[in-house]
Amino acid sequence: MAGVVGRVALITGAGSGIGRATAQVLAKGGADIVVTDINLAGAEETAQAVTECGRRALALRVDVADLHAVETAATQAGQELGAIDILFSNAGIGTQVAFVDMTEEDWDHMFDVHLNGTYHCFRAVLPGMKMAGWGRLISTSSMGAFTGGVRLAHYCAAKAGIAGLTVAMASELARTGITVNAVAPGVIDTPMVRQSPERWIKNMTKTIPMRKLGQPEDIAHAVAYLASEEAGFMTGQILSPNGGSYMKWC
Amino acid sequence: MRLAGKTALITGAGSGLGQTTAQLFAQEGAQVVVADISQRRAQAVAAEISQTHASPAIGLQADVTQSQAVSALVDQARSEYGPINILVNNAGIAQIKDLLDITPEEWQRMIDVHMKGTFLCTRAVIGDMIEAKWGRVINTASVAGMTGGPQNAHYAAAKAAIIGFTRSLALEYARSGITVNAVAPGLIETPMVKQGTGPASEKVVDFFIRRIPMRQMGKPGDIAAAHLYLASDDAAYVTGQVLSPNGGYLV
Repeated sequence: MAGVVGRVALITGAGSGIGRATAQVLAKGGADIVVTDINLAGAEETAQAVTECGRRALALRVDVADLHAVETAATQAGQELGAIDILFSNAGIGTQVAFVDMTEEDWDHMFDVHLNGTYHCFRAVLPGMKMAGWGRLISTSSMGAFTGGVRLAHYCAAKAGIAGLTVAMASELARTGITVNAVAPGVIDTPMVRQSPERWIKNMTKTIPMRKLGQPEDIAHAVAYLASEEAGFMTGQILSPNGGSYMKWC
Repeated sequence: MRLAGKTALITGAGSGLGQTTAQLFAQEGAQVVVADISQRRAQAVAAEISQTHASPAIGLQADVTQSQAVSALVDQARSEYGPINILVNNAGIAQIKDLLDITPEEWQRMIDVHMKGTFLCTRAVIGDMIEAKWGRVINTASVAGMTGGPQNAHYAAAKAAIIGFTRSLALEYARSGITVNAVAPGLIETPMVKQGTGPASEKVVDFFIRRIPMRQMGKPGDIAAAHLYLASDDAAYVTGQVLSPNGGYLV
């Protein structure tokens, strides 16, 4: 199978958790990785792991909420590793706040990182993909976009927004050789989720039919499938590794 | 080799989607049981796999709507390759017909091949999977099961039923190491689509292609890749899901 061999992938939020696991899985699959994160030290560690897989890596500090920073990173990545074939827009935050206590800053920050961040990344890499007539845009929605969640109104809204952006872009780009899909992780054992109170994690686990949290690799493999040559007829889809927690109709 | 050491049973594998998936699974190291209602086609596909891949394959005849035939199929498969690890319920038929022209026999046949066949095959192998604490059941739904389609009432109903079955079974076995998922193909270039659409084939296919954002039919390989992902260890946390390579049709 061709998979992702020889492709260049840009992953945001790749300094830890799902982004890091995906960088490693794609590198093992034969891709070079542009590792971006708001935390440069984390990005550099991931880049080191990619290099150990025998692939090229470039670590960059990027705040996805800043369009200019994203565009600059994409340009630099293009010069150093070649045009971006695969984008995994993954950077995210998981702050929990009761709606009554939610400030406008909480709300804006959530949307800036998730929805605007995804928009910025799509915008920055799309021209290159159009020129190549091939591309994979993969965004990160969430199971919470479809189920909702307590103290997560801003998070669920932003994640549902990403799902809308994804299907809209899928139809717009359907005849360009570029597919647009999302992963919608269930509760995954990442540093972001581990910030939540231990009791919340325990209670969540009880609601998961498989009775366990997912691992970052569970999402990384879903991304690897969507990024592969063989998934060329998949577009506008939302793939949700979630241990059976949520089963969407279509 | 993502399926090394696994035994996979694929129904309707004598042609089309099943055949392509059988070839891909063999390429990834699985021992493949090629089941089909046509003995000749099942054996031809198995022989071709055995010639081109290192892993063995066997072709067996079975009508999935017959309980005894399914038991015999699984018994023989087990005696060749041991317990079944992966089941792809793929056998299917298609027919384009107005509701008022569908006879009760045609209705029953549609439900039997898809729904009863899926039930009987799953029931026959699930014990192996429970014992091994590992298993993959992959059912075949269709975009028609989600959107419906003109002149397709019996087909869409059967395919929608498969989705309900998939989700219930996913919950039932969530803690047994067994995942249960469905693939919902869009319009794919297979013999079934050609036969099912009958003399009006070209017109019907054109009608649908205009509604596919990618403006093209899928290839059997598009579905095989989805099957492989769901069958592999990579998809261990994926259960109760419907994966639909459809060129953007459901967007």
